[in-house]
Amino acid sequence: MDAGTSTPTPARMVIDRSPTRGTPLRLPLLGFCSILLLAACGGPSPVDEATAEKTLLLGNASEPQGLDPHLVSGVIESNIIRALFEGLCAEHPSENGTPLPGAAESWVPNEDFTEWTFHLREDGQWSDGEPLTAHDFIFSFQRILNPRLGSEYSFMLYYIIGAEDYHQSRRTKTLVKDHPDLPVSWETIETEVNLSGDETAEEGSFDRKGLDHLGLEELKQLRADLGLFTWPEALDEEARLFLVDQLITFDESGESLWDRIGVAATAVDDHTLHLKLRAPMPFLPELTKHYTWFPVPKHSLLAHGTADDRFSEWTRPGNLVSNGAFTLKSWRINDHIEVVKNPRYWDAGTVDLNAVRYFPITNVYSEARMFYNDQLHITYTLGPELIRYSQERYPDQTRNELYLGTYFIRCNTTHPPLDDPRVRLALSLAIDQQAIIDNVLQGGQMPALGLVPPSGEYESPELVRFDPEEARRLLAEAGFPNGEGFPDIRFLTTDRESAKRTAEALQGMWKQHLNLSIGIDQMEWATYLATMFKKEYDLAAGGWIGDYLDPTTFLDMWIRDGGNNRTGWYSDEYEAILREAEQISDPLARYQKLQQAERLFLEERPVLPLYWYTRNYLIHEHVKGWHPLLLDNHPLKFVRLGADETEEANPLSSD
Amino acid sequence: MLRYLLSRIFQGILVLFALYTITFFLVKAMPGDPFTGEKNIPEDVKRNMREQSGLNDPLLVQYINYPKAVLLEGSFNYSIKKKRPVAEIIGQAFPASFVLGVSALIFAIMLAIPIGVISAVRRNSWVDYSGMAVAMIGICVPSFVIGPLLQIGIATRIPALKIAGWDDPVDIILPAITLGLATAAYLARLTRGGMLEILSQDYIRTARAKGLSTPRIMIVHALRGGLIPSVAFIGPAFATLISGSFIVESIFQVPGMGQHFVNAITDRDEFLVLGLALFYGLLVVIMNLVADLLVGFLNPRVRIAELETETA
Repeated sequence: MDAGTSTPTPARMVIDRSPTRGTPLRLPLLGFCSILLLAACGGPSPVDEATAEKTLLLGNASEPQGLDPHLVSGVIESNIIRALFEGLCAEHPSENGTPLPGAAESWVPNEDFTEWTFHLREDGQWSDGEPLTAHDFIFSFQRILNPRLGSEYSFMLYYIIGAEDYHQSRRTKTLVKDHPDLPVSWETIETEVNLSGDETAEEGSFDRKGLDHLGLEELKQLRADLGLFTWPEALDEEARLFLVDQLITFDESGESLWDRIGVAATAVDDHTLHLKLRAPMPFLPELTKHYTWFPVPKHSLLAHGTADDRFSEWTRPGNLVSNGAFTLKSWRINDHIEVVKNPRYWDAGTVDLNAVRYFPITNVYSEARMFYNDQLHITYTLGPELIRYSQERYPDQTRNELYLGTYFIRCNTTHPPLDDPRVRLALSLAIDQQAIIDNVLQGGQMPALGLVPPSGEYESPELVRFDPEEARRLLAEAGFPNGEGFPDIRFLTTDRESAKRTAEALQGMWKQHLNLSIGIDQMEWATYLATMFKKEYDLAAGGWIGDYLDPTTFLDMWIRDGGNNRTGWYSDEYEAILREAEQISDPLARYQKLQQAERLFLEERPVLPLYWYTRNYLIHEHVKGWHPLLLDNHPLKFVRLGADETEEANPLSSD
Repeated sequence: MLRYLLSRIFQGILVLFALYTITFFLVKAMPGDPFTGEKNIPEDVKRNMREQSGLNDPLLVQYINYPKAVLLEGSFNYSIKKKRPVAEIIGQAFPASFVLGVSALIFAIMLAIPIGVISAVRRNSWVDYSGMAVAMIGICVPSFVIGPLLQIGIATRIPALKIAGWDDPVDIILPAITLGLATAAYLARLTRGGMLEILSQDYIRTARAKGLSTPRIMIVHALRGGLIPSVAFIGPAFATLISGSFIVESIFQVPGMGQHFVNAITDRDEFLVLGLALFYGLLVVIMNLVADLLVGFLNPRVRIAELETETA
């Protein structure tokens, strides 16, 4: 709450001028210094002790929002969840994009990568000894896609046929699309009827919810009075009643929408999982390493509540049953979370660590000081001001690694003059990326030459460069020679100190090279997000961290009305190329197609790429088997601790 | 006396209700909602999320539902972000803040009262000037400067002290000093002022004339009256200290309430904000009452004045 410096005002201050006699006040005379003296006794450092006990001490930035793999969306939560749970495929300790067997022993795709069969290990079990079966996976997929649970990350499973329809409750489509007695064509219904809801309609009205999201009672009301809902002219009363009746009949039958849609994830037997995808996905194993694909223990979860209860206590210490290399031991809010080795893990022999302690250290300076003072094995981050100091004092422990993320500036293309690609290009060409990295960020970031950061065999077209000459020419061509007549536009950013410095640097560059005066709006995080979502900005700071190693994690979001687009920009051609790429099963040909899409995107430049992220952190020399990884998803089962300097880490020695 | 107490309690309830009303509508007026994240969520899914937290009801229904649940079911609802009962979060965080706050207050009293008394006795001497200069610095220098200075200056030199963390009893020392210093500084100045006031009284001169020793005059005669401003200040200061400080907690990794206060607001975590505000309000109300009773005990004139206004 307060900054610790404010002094509360006395409630009532009455100066007494004539005290009467009474008992004397005795002040307890305990010396505070004596406690200090007591404290001054030596011993091994916390890191030495922890290394001897094989307990890894990790900085983890802040208190996680939960440990339910289906209800979180952050890196902090992911770091803990990946220690507790394991997906079908597991992370490789040193190679990007090489899936290792996890809960699945092996997997086979069909010829064009649209159907996958995963063979789970026969001896796979949960930490309470219950067998881990394909049914647990089906339950998990069903749960994260259940719209009543309200997962933020369900779209990661949309690749499975029917998953998106189920998550968006597309009942009308499911029931009537292929119905023989349909009075009008499905195309008419799909385009004309308000199925998914209208956000501009009155709160609480049927129009606001949309036909697909009405409950049984609401449907019955609608049956009695069709006027409660705005119907298109194209549907006569018969057709309207037909739709409502279909929905009512289905709801009353009690049949599950999952089964009716036939979501294409099936348990062939206890240890075989079969998935049908809506497009070729050569990189599906990569995706299953993401926590949204992790299994959750059906038996234990249901023992603590319903499947769609967001506030269930199944993830508490003592309740949480997991299938990964570790199990949850303790969880003290804002203090630490401790996980301990899971003896029932299928590959427990490989796991060297006995425990991992995650500390939610919000203060990056405290975190660095804790590391310097031997209180942490690995920090979560390293403040830009501390990088040079650390490189000088702790050269072997200071790490700077490329991370799969891009920082960019969104242009609101619905606001002129930003609807003109020449203006956007001019703004982009006037940015001296390297200067911002060297002078403002100081974290060894890489200038973003394109949207997709370097990852695997995909190469970005690299069209972004610094060219003030060309920038001025384009701006003049767009009708603003030397910035004359350019409307007032503003740059929206967050209230962090580093965000402010970056914004000011950009402001200076636009002024210097284009003679544009662009104002800065700093907003607190949630307000910034809300403002950006509502497109009430001109230029806005933004960024994206890849969820998996494939360019689509950066390219798919820019489709028309895409939930994370927020620029107002779209291009039919761009979407056509993406769709074509989706159907290509040869990885290299597919990459070329995606490159074509990125080229188009960069030529239009609805966002101005600034830099590719790096991760700066400190790591103690006791930690072995910790290698640079683009997604920063270090599998802790391969991490070893030892004070012995000469021990070479051999991550896959047990293979 | 009982009537006085009852009326104060009634006043306290009114204050809390006003606090609830203001907080409730301020929280609702903030832009964004607890479900705003970096990733887009379909409207229907958001509606489901709001439904589980009862946020789809009309505003006035929500305004009534919350105190109803608090009074009838003893439920402070759930933190939307942390997905735990608000009562549990406060229950886990308050002990840390309480221990830290009490230690900080003890440190402040131990340091401030002697300095204040000595400064008053040796008024305008170098002891007075240096004591008050230190107090001024304590008031002016913010904890985000003192905390790191203590970490670098003390924690790195004494092996048993950690930079940050909350495991062993010794971990309390540095955050308690950081948190208590500003209070100590303010308290020292109040004590000095109060003591100066008393020392100029006739009865002190009488005591001196009787030939009593200075320590006896100070402890037996002067202190009781001289401490009244300090005691009146300590009550609400105590409430502030034990309800946590964001800065001190984040510097020293203390799992207290201060971090929740700040994070709950940035997260738009409505029920956690309400729960924390009410809890803090309750603390302040109680501590003010205790301080007033204590001042009354030290100073009979206050008792009489209170009774007079009450009967008037």
